[in-house]
Amino acid sequence: MSDPVWRTGRWSDEHVELFIGNLLRWGVIVAAFVTAAGGILFLSLHGGSIADYRVFRGQPDSLKSVTGVAQSAFRRNPEALIQFGILLLIATPIARVALSLLAFLKQHDHVYVVVTAIVLGVLLYSLIGV
Amino acid sequence: MSGLVAIGSFAAGMLGALTGLGGGMIIVPMLTLAFGVDIRYAIGASLVSVIATSSGAAAAYVREGYTNIRIGMFLEVATTVGAVGGAFIAGLISTSAIAVIFSLVLAYSAFRSLRPRAEHSIDGPPDKWATRLRMDGTYPTAAGKQPYTVHNVPTGFSLMFAAGILSGLLGIGSGAVKVLAMDQAMRLPFKVSTTTSNFMIGVTAAASAGVYLHRGYIDPVIAFPVMLGVLAGALTGARVLAGAKVPALRAVFTAVIVFLAIEMAYKGLRGGI
Repeated sequence: MSDPVWRTGRWSDEHVELFIGNLLRWGVIVAAFVTAAGGILFLSLHGGSIADYRVFRGQPDSLKSVTGVAQSAFRRNPEALIQFGILLLIATPIARVALSLLAFLKQHDHVYVVVTAIVLGVLLYSLIGV
Repeated sequence: MSGLVAIGSFAAGMLGALTGLGGGMIIVPMLTLAFGVDIRYAIGASLVSVIATSSGAAAAYVREGYTNIRIGMFLEVATTVGAVGGAFIAGLISTSAIAVIFSLVLAYSAFRSLRPRAEHSIDGPPDKWATRLRMDGTYPTAAGKQPYTVHNVPTGFSLMFAAGILSGLLGIGSGAVKVLAMDQAMRLPFKVSTTTSNFMIGVTAAASAGVYLHRGYIDPVIAFPVMLGVLAGALTGARVLAGAKVPALRAVFTAVIVFLAIEMAYKGLRGGI
């Protein structure tokens, strides 16, 4: 992995892009491993039992919010562990936008600081839910 | 069931990567038509897989130096707001209506994939918005760095808003609409529009995924085989891309999409979804 941009102090578009590329790749790898661990745990506990997904029931509250998922994931609940992996995956592009915001701030590119802040605001509003 | 869903998702991810059309478009019909999953769960799982493939592919694209981060970020204002709106609309209309809209988008994507993309002239005076927003850039070619200018920014922005709504409503990447906005309207070079579109797809999908999560539309047991299957399929597809018969695959993919469009429309209109 290339050195973090905040250590090299090089905030040019190219350096930031390269770092972001690695960030995205590692984000996906970690998320996939957590999800796979949860999936294997789930299958080992429930095996061939097939739930009925023709009927929509929604999810319990513990699997619907960021804090709920994070809390249950560490109580060896396989479904919450999968959901935690999915949360990490959703967080990956959000981290990318946050890093771009930092880069535009360092470049004193005020127009794009505003543009990127709007995008980040929409993403956080959706994920955290105000 | 998890095993079969994973195999189907693997095939979808591989076909999507090989044809460049994205696997998201097959995931929702596959889950609803073949596995009888409620379309809201299917869309939630599809969104998750769209984020995975977009982020997974971005690392490779970034290194090639084509992505225009300024264009991408500016257009993401439109796609993310549209995506959150689309996710809310999905909670208001009936599942049958979602199925019919989905079939129309499938039909349109099939139609687009049959028409070859024509490279536009990339010179000419740029749009005043493009200049103000410093969107013009360069991209690497065999003959060195080639500059390009950006056109019709307001049209592109409006089309991106529509792409965002469709993405949030149907759980797809809306690649066809994004290409329309960036190739046709803004007249970007192919490599730039393809990679910038891929960059935007993950961020757009993340914007609606949050709303789906809060609604309880993301079921971990359905989402995990889809996410892992599509990701593995897309990575495999990218590896074998060099030796693949792409035109033949595109024809197969288009035929599959047409079939799914008819099936989704039929079931949606009869109230079977």
